[in-house]
Amino acid sequence: MKLTGAQILMEVLKEEGVTDVFGFPGGATIDMHNSIVKTDIRHYLARHEQGAVHAADGYARVTGKVGVSIVTSGPGATNTVTGIATAYTDSIPLVVICGQVATHLIGNDAFQEVDIVGITRPCTKHNYLVPSVEELPRMLREAFHIARSGRPGPVLVDIPKDVQKQMTVYKPQQKVRLKSYNPTYKPNIKQIQKVVDLIMEAERPIIFAGGGVILSGGAAAMTQLAHSTGIPVTMSLMGLGAFPGTDPLSLGMVGMHGTYRANMSTAQCDLLIGIGVRFDDRVTGKTDCFADQAKIVHIDIDPTSIRKNVPVSVPVVGDCKNSLEMLNALLADVDLEALRKRHAPWLETIDGWRRQYRMAYAQEPDGDIKPQFVVEKLYEITRGNAIITTEVGQNQMWAAQFYHVDRPRQFITSGGLGTMGFGLPAAIGAQVAFPDALVVDVAGDGSIQMNIQEMATAMQYQLPVKVVILNNRFLGMVRQWQELFYDKCYACTELDHAPDFVKLAEAFGATGFRATRSDEVEAVLRKGLETPGPVIMDFQVAREECVYPMVPAGAPITEMLLV
Amino acid sequence: MTEEKHILTMLVDNEPGVLSRIVGLFSGRGFNIESLCVAETIDPRISRITIVTQANEPLVEQIEKQLRKLINVIKLRDLTGSGSIQREMALICVRAKPEHRDEILRIVDIFRCKIVDMGAEYYTIEATGTAEKMKALTNLLKPIGIKKIARTGTIALLREPS
Repeated sequence: MKLTGAQILMEVLKEEGVTDVFGFPGGATIDMHNSIVKTDIRHYLARHEQGAVHAADGYARVTGKVGVSIVTSGPGATNTVTGIATAYTDSIPLVVICGQVATHLIGNDAFQEVDIVGITRPCTKHNYLVPSVEELPRMLREAFHIARSGRPGPVLVDIPKDVQKQMTVYKPQQKVRLKSYNPTYKPNIKQIQKVVDLIMEAERPIIFAGGGVILSGGAAAMTQLAHSTGIPVTMSLMGLGAFPGTDPLSLGMVGMHGTYRANMSTAQCDLLIGIGVRFDDRVTGKTDCFADQAKIVHIDIDPTSIRKNVPVSVPVVGDCKNSLEMLNALLADVDLEALRKRHAPWLETIDGWRRQYRMAYAQEPDGDIKPQFVVEKLYEITRGNAIITTEVGQNQMWAAQFYHVDRPRQFITSGGLGTMGFGLPAAIGAQVAFPDALVVDVAGDGSIQMNIQEMATAMQYQLPVKVVILNNRFLGMVRQWQELFYDKCYACTELDHAPDFVKLAEAFGATGFRATRSDEVEAVLRKGLETPGPVIMDFQVAREECVYPMVPAGAPITEMLLV
Repeated sequence: MTEEKHILTMLVDNEPGVLSRIVGLFSGRGFNIESLCVAETIDPRISRITIVTQANEPLVEQIEKQLRKLINVIKLRDLTGSGSIQREMALICVRAKPEHRDEILRIVDIFRCKIVDMGAEYYTIEATGTAEKMKALTNLLKPIGIKKIARTGTIALLREPS
């Protein structure tokens, strides 16, 4: 049977199990959008293409499925770039479909023409410009395969207008064949045995779990490894949820704003088992001093991550889940009780660090609201069960520090790229995936204004996302750096002309609440979370609160500024 | 750590944009390219790219891994060292004053080059050889007067077992 390019796209989407798409139409997508409304696939109309891609990203992060976005050529396509780069840095599977001007116009500076394949080459896992309808099904299938396999990532497919209209015979369910792309899922057993040997020798081991554990579905195996061996676990920002944050063996987050005990144990451990991590500069601080007493094991499916930032004693290339399961299988033969006993003094040392310094802030009962207090109350009231998305900056760090997530895919944040404006559209994507879940965007007053237009999307589809704004009328994290390292010169960070967020919520047709004193926090949170539909809660917090601990950029992670 | 010259050769899909992916990777990650050579192989769907780069050991490992990660890179090999044959080609246009013509011919003979164009005042020499040979040749021709030069950069193939 002959189908048009646009119809072929729908067939492939169905075959790939796509049920929800986030998009924004334009001249170059009319054929695709006309086809999509004739299918059962739900299309969510964002209010900006960046919002569409972040929503697809949020959807992918909570489900593990490939997020899909359909946008138009030119400005529609360039608006996706931040969203694509966000997903690329955090290894999130996306397929971004762009309309393109007709093939005979390409290269002529046609209306709404831009070389989006050229622009996104460095921030996609791969991308395609589809030259003809005959190539379309193969390229689309490859795009999905590449996006979700190996180290996941975004793939862009640029489909010219005439290719969407051309017809060809469509053969369903064809296999993807890529001769040079073959990710290593199964780790080398010899390398895993070496890891076991190091575990057997170590006196002061820690596990450092990252986003790769969550992406591979390895959280359960991760928990089993920690529990069976009694090795404590620290996590990167992207790793939060890979191991229960409330577990006694959890050290919390490590790095620039990591916990005291996590940073101290990283510095003093004699074995560090990094799983699905990148050893990002926000984690390592000064790399020469990072875990310098330790042998480092690095397990990752992407060989380029290994030995990129830190030297590694035992590299393991493989899928995190497979590697963890293989480790657990080999460890089944050893005396685990003796192993756990051996770690007792080390755990005691760590507990000493925990008692020595805990995340703290001083909240007066009826004074200025401390932002940390809002997040703690949110944690209490939701019993730690909400899906949390964050914006970027102080709000993100406080959410990471005070909302102790226990499940993978529960804490959704732009970790690597640090994209302000991510949280609201990501919350929309998460809510689409789980209509009955409580989805809360922890936001700052700066970040929320970057994609606030997506409130209209939430209203249109009645997606009851709750936005908690920690409103300090500053770009708080930059202000914090200015306070600590730039002689309090608050250059360009004061946000004095913020909108009235309650009225803004109402203008969108949503509900708004405000708290200005600490004794109002709980009531506003309860009301806000109970109110049906999208809600914005504006917490006017102490303006100059800082995120602590803080390791100055480039310093060893033991050099923490504490309150 | 000392930087050394590495000759990386790779087979890639002969498709639009592939060279750009590779070059973009080098510029985006701050890797160095000393020379770059691209042409189709016997199979028109596949091209061979040869890149010469300066890097220390961990960096060259990272470069190779990043290149292998590109979907269009089919096969990659580091051909640094004696296990490979390396050549480059150059066209060198030298000033041929009457008093230098004998010397130019002598050099051409010794280096087994060819004169491929003779103008009234300039000779154009075609030369092939290793990078070292080219350097020696240009060093000798420089005092005579090189007007212009076009070099291909290094290409290399693995030696077959004898």
